[in-house]
Amino acid sequence: MSLGPDILKIKDLKKNFGSLAVLKGLTLTVRQGEVLVIIGPSGCGKSTLLRCLNGLEPVQGGQIIFGGQYLTDPHINWSRTRQRIGMVFQNYELFPHLTALDNVLLGLIRVQKRSKTEALAIAERWLTRVGLWDRRGSFPRQLSGGQKQRVAIVRALALEPEIMLFDEVTASLDPEMVREVLDVIVNLAKDGRTMLIVTHEMAFAKAVADRVIFMDEGLIVEDAKPEVFFENPATERARRFLNIFQFSDIHKPQEPSASPLAKEAQDVKESNDAKESNDAKDSKEPELS
Amino acid sequence: MLDSALSVFRMGRNMARLMEGLGVTLEISVVAVGLSLIFGVPLGLMMAGSNRPLKWLLRGYLEFVRVMPILALLFIFYYSLSKFWNINLSALTVSIFVFTLWGAAEMGDLVRGAVTSLPRHQWDSARALGLSEGQVSFRVIIPQAIRRLLPGVINLTTRMIKTTPFVFFINLPDLLKVGQQIVEVSGLRYPLASVWVYGFIFIIYFVICYPISLFSRYLERRWAS
Repeated sequence: MSLGPDILKIKDLKKNFGSLAVLKGLTLTVRQGEVLVIIGPSGCGKSTLLRCLNGLEPVQGGQIIFGGQYLTDPHINWSRTRQRIGMVFQNYELFPHLTALDNVLLGLIRVQKRSKTEALAIAERWLTRVGLWDRRGSFPRQLSGGQKQRVAIVRALALEPEIMLFDEVTASLDPEMVREVLDVIVNLAKDGRTMLIVTHEMAFAKAVADRVIFMDEGLIVEDAKPEVFFENPATERARRFLNIFQFSDIHKPQEPSASPLAKEAQDVKESNDAKESNDAKDSKEPELS
Repeated sequence: MLDSALSVFRMGRNMARLMEGLGVTLEISVVAVGLSLIFGVPLGLMMAGSNRPLKWLLRGYLEFVRVMPILALLFIFYYSLSKFWNINLSALTVSIFVFTLWGAAEMGDLVRGAVTSLPRHQWDSARALGLSEGQVSFRVIIPQAIRRLLPGVINLTTRMIKTTPFVFFINLPDLLKVGQQIVEVSGLRYPLASVWVYGFIFIIYFVICYPISLFSRYLERRWAS
């Protein structure tokens, strides 16, 4: 796929929650049409990064330049800018008092001031594309988790954003619904859309990514092609992180003395446990402040 | 028996006076509940907002009104104001003012509760669509909050209506007080007067309050479908 010019530049981005530094001078450039998958342990700052890009979190330092515009400028018109940056969240964030169709129409009519007819045509095109036009009259509580996320995705897409941010959109879904949502995103990638995707679905990441960004402790540790990253990560930290997914399906480890492999698995598991308890602490912090 | 009932209502200006009393009750209720809704919504949004000094100020106001008996508030604004500052407000004005002061505080607290109970990501996702702060409030937050508010608002409304008889203590004869006066005057001639008059008043209060409950049940059913 041919990539366009740089669309997003992040320079030395710093973000703190109180005294806790979540992003510690992060630098990243994204080109038009590129699909970036951001992975990393929880609490590494990947979700915060996406929220900063959409102005949902104030930043403490650095610059974000999107299509020539400084998003870190305090006088920026976020209402206009956010139409160009679509975002979908982990939790089902459809508006529960509106039908699926009205959820999609809201931004088209109220933000973009389109006529009802025009907005309807756009909504129909998008809802049809994800196979939910028949369910347009349903309220969110009448839809399955996967259906809700598909509506949330087209609600953002209908505004024709130049870049899409996906923040662990399948993390709250039942396993059998993950696929239908990821398929929608894979199709968008085929269209050549610029996307930043935070996910824990490694097989999906491998399939969809042009570049994989591995983050840990508020910094980018690796920035590589997916085939390179998943086959042969450059850093020990990335290797350890990927091991979590390889060994996660071992239910009953053999006796500790059985084989060196089992011993290794045990070590990895222990270090993960230690890490997770740290991360849990870190990720709790921001909500308190 | 029915004769005696009708006679009680026919005697003198009894029926007309009851209707005047009903007028006072209705005027205070309708105006005060209406004003409480109008003031309570912005108050509640401010209570749920991020301005700390303002939140503390409103918190103080709410607690003051909540702790203070309504009767004491009526006395303060009717008697004390005129004594110390020579401000003479009519009993009706004071009644509406005090009931609004009370209603707006409680309404504000209901709105605050409804708004803060909404999940945080409703704001995020509304903002992420590019909605302005005003649109986030009016298109996303308030419509959802209203649904959660309804039971509390209905409860508050009927409580306010039921509390209006207090206004008699600042010499404003409402429906219940007029009824009591009629019973006192005609009780000797018609021993059953109290049954008829209070029964009549019961029916009137029922006719006022029951449709409110019906309306809320209708809305809840409509929103649930």
